[in-house]
Amino acid sequence: MSTTADPPAAPETLRGVIIRFAGDSGDGMQLTGDRFTSASALFGNDLVTLPEYPAEIRAPAGTVAGVSAFQVHISDHDITTPGDAPNVLVAMNPAALRSELAKLEPGATVIVNVDAFDERALAKAGYPEGHDPLTAGDLKGFNVYEVPMTSLTRQACEPLGVKPRDAERSKNFFALGLISWMYTRPEQPTIDWINQKFGSRTAVRDANLAAFRAGHAFGETAELFDHPYTVAPFEKAPGVYTSISGNTATAWGLIAASQQAKLPLFLGSYPITPASDILHELSKHKNFGVRTLQAEDEIAGIGAALGAAYGGHLAVTTTSGPGVALKSETIGLAISLELPLIIIDVQRGGPSTGLPTKTEQADLLLAMYGHHGESPLPIVAAYSPSDCFFAAIEAARIALKYRTPVFLLTDGYLANGAEPWLIPDVSTLPDISVPFTTEPNHVDDDGTPSLWPYLRDPDTLARPWVVPGTPGLEHRIGGIEKEDGRGNISYVPENHERMVHLRAEKVAGIARDIPPAEVVGDLDDAEVLLVGWGSTWGAINGAMERVQADGRRIAHVHLTHLNPFPSNLGEILHRYPKVVVPEMNMGQLSRLLRAEYLVDAKSVSKVKGLPFTAGELESAILGVLDD
Amino acid sequence: MTDTAIPVTTRKDWSSDQEPRWCPGCGDYSILAAVQMLMPDLGVRREDTVFISGIGCAARFPYYMDTYGVHTIHGRAPAIATGLAVARPDLDIWVVGGDGDMLSIGGNHLIHALRRNIDLTILMFNNQIYGLTKGQYSPTSEVGKVTKSTPLGSLDHPFNPISVALGAEASFVARTHDMDRKHMQETLKAAHAHKGAAFVEIYQNCNVFNDGAFEGITAKANRDDMLIPLVHGQPIRFGAEGQKGVMMGNDGALRIVDVAEVGEANLLVHDETDAGLAFQLSRLSHGPYEPTPIGVFRSVDRPEYAEMVAQQLAQAGEGKGPGDLQALLHSGATWTVE
Repeated sequence: MSTTADPPAAPETLRGVIIRFAGDSGDGMQLTGDRFTSASALFGNDLVTLPEYPAEIRAPAGTVAGVSAFQVHISDHDITTPGDAPNVLVAMNPAALRSELAKLEPGATVIVNVDAFDERALAKAGYPEGHDPLTAGDLKGFNVYEVPMTSLTRQACEPLGVKPRDAERSKNFFALGLISWMYTRPEQPTIDWINQKFGSRTAVRDANLAAFRAGHAFGETAELFDHPYTVAPFEKAPGVYTSISGNTATAWGLIAASQQAKLPLFLGSYPITPASDILHELSKHKNFGVRTLQAEDEIAGIGAALGAAYGGHLAVTTTSGPGVALKSETIGLAISLELPLIIIDVQRGGPSTGLPTKTEQADLLLAMYGHHGESPLPIVAAYSPSDCFFAAIEAARIALKYRTPVFLLTDGYLANGAEPWLIPDVSTLPDISVPFTTEPNHVDDDGTPSLWPYLRDPDTLARPWVVPGTPGLEHRIGGIEKEDGRGNISYVPENHERMVHLRAEKVAGIARDIPPAEVVGDLDDAEVLLVGWGSTWGAINGAMERVQADGRRIAHVHLTHLNPFPSNLGEILHRYPKVVVPEMNMGQLSRLLRAEYLVDAKSVSKVKGLPFTAGELESAILGVLDD
Repeated sequence: MTDTAIPVTTRKDWSSDQEPRWCPGCGDYSILAAVQMLMPDLGVRREDTVFISGIGCAARFPYYMDTYGVHTIHGRAPAIATGLAVARPDLDIWVVGGDGDMLSIGGNHLIHALRRNIDLTILMFNNQIYGLTKGQYSPTSEVGKVTKSTPLGSLDHPFNPISVALGAEASFVARTHDMDRKHMQETLKAAHAHKGAAFVEIYQNCNVFNDGAFEGITAKANRDDMLIPLVHGQPIRFGAEGQKGVMMGNDGALRIVDVAEVGEANLLVHDETDAGLAFQLSRLSHGPYEPTPIGVFRSVDRPEYAEMVAQQLAQAGEGKGPGDLQALLHSGATWTVE
């Protein structure tokens, strides 16, 4: 530690750092992490985030159950995971220290708000009576900094005339200021943000600004720290970037799809964690002609969307697993009516209420098979937060072109996680518009032109999309089995079988209209092929680098289309000696691959409500390789 | 929608080529006929008219109308119609279902469509029984109903559909029955003219599973004494000579009185804008064995939902200008890599 008051030491440059902010649910840790991320994004780092918070809005204060944490990984090179073990922990109270300490790398830096470590708080955190982790040796081997954040924040706010109790609420900005100094983050973006966010509440604004500046100044002057650090910007492709979360990307992707389809967007939805932010985001953009209906329940959410689809809108419903279960019957109706509809499942831990704020990929088979009767539908999955944007457009494209409900699967990790995104030029987005049918498509035996609502396009097998208001094409459709072509009610056995086959062929045929699966890695001589889908993409990439660094040969294929599969997938699976499928479920994709391709796809499973770390996957892959 | 004059039509134009498949003698036939005959008088186009139904005998209705139509799933018609109405306020949308469809499995969607005041004309055929599933008791069946699923009699207290609709903040609530085409058509015409959600309960005879449920009040011989026509602004009276009426006692309760005894001036004057009165009238009869009010219980102006949605969209467009996708993608904090 420096003992002089010499000019500040030059920052030490790191390739990357993983920081975890942790505190009580009421401490504002998500905000702190989010702001640090934003400043790092503007600085030009590559980054990946992992917000983790309890399902309760206010879990008992000071308890381990109430700890809210935000992990951010910043680097000067391309990264795809929020990092395995944090290098730095900011612990705002004893509960945060207790719940997070075991996650840190050996020798990690631990910065604690020492003011919060009183007897009562220690007891609430579950430490035995008389045990103070700061003095009891719990932190042996860690690089510990005890900072009186609460009292320093109070002091900083005192000249403003802010009441001490109110001032204490700004202590997260003190922490943010300190860490911003430690990692040489630009201050201005945070100051601008505070001014903009709290502009109308001057007392709060000024307290937050004072706390932020005090934290920054503390780092600079307290002589506690040797020197600051810096992480250089990532030399990314030129262009304009923004930091985007999966739910925002999904919402923007839907708006883009609506523009590219030249159709108004309609969202029917019922609030559910972790999907609600898509509803919130879309409801802000009514100037794009977006209609959002917060329905009375999940069933009405999809029902209203289906009604809007019938009326000619690009219709969407957003939900998570429990909501999908409720929507199941209406999904069956949408399959039978053959209308375009996007069903977005932001997956979370299940079954039942399960882990509402935690991530999982356990709804793949629900999307695939969770509806009655023979009822196939296409499934699209996003692999990263920003990919949600393109996945939403792709889901819309398939739904519109083939007049079918389409599942879009994301998950809690993608939904809330953020990453830098090279903003696309919207003129490069595909045109996904389809025409409504406005003229008869058939001539009856007596020469009268007529509409056959189930007469299919020979290429896509899609039926005509005729919207009410079209003169001369009045017709009735319904959930009862329909006569092939003419569309009238039919109970004829052969007709039902034909219709079941036609609906299946229509969905299977989409394989001709999607890009082939692309293998990356050691294409020719990989010892193992990793097959992934969804948010495991980041961890798989991280693990691949490590396995390759271990001198092993490995390849990876990541699936965006889960039904139908890309037409070359079977050939790819049989090309490599071993196939490993990492999933945050009990092996759902591996079952589908085994059933479809008779391949010995080995499942690597994790169901802890948390994404894989690259390290976990690395060991699992090495285990399979050495098996 | 086209700007040309609405073509003159007849019942035939509104009847599809599908042969109705209800049991012979079903009350649904007379409701279908009444609607098909009424449509030419409503000043609407076939292509702009949509019938949405759920599941049940009544829900077959759309197949027989030569309009747009969707036969959906059990209970969900009001929800699906809500989406269509919000997306396409230019359409004229009818929702048809039975008492099981709308008050049991779909009760939630019905009350929410009513409180939102979606511009729908909702026809609830009430036959107090489940017909399509062959005769179980329904949420409007009387207590003690002996059916296949309740051999010892049902224990469930029934819904009063008019009270439910009023409690759900419906802006238009009416009742009619399948034995009186003229009354049905007058009521449906008023419901259709209402802007917002219009709820019409239609007493309908299921001659197979609950025959004669309403005969005590709707049969020609009984009507005069058992049906109390509600006419806005008129004293509430009934009977062949108008000799009976409804009066509000000093205790605030409604009671049926002889006009000769109390004098016409003391009869209650119907006011379809009075919510309290509408509710009291909905409670006057305890079942189709007592004098029962029919007609419009309540009709008030309340902003219609899709219109308000359109206003918000227009306001957002005026405030922010039309959506610019490229600008949206740049609306967060951005940075440039050279």
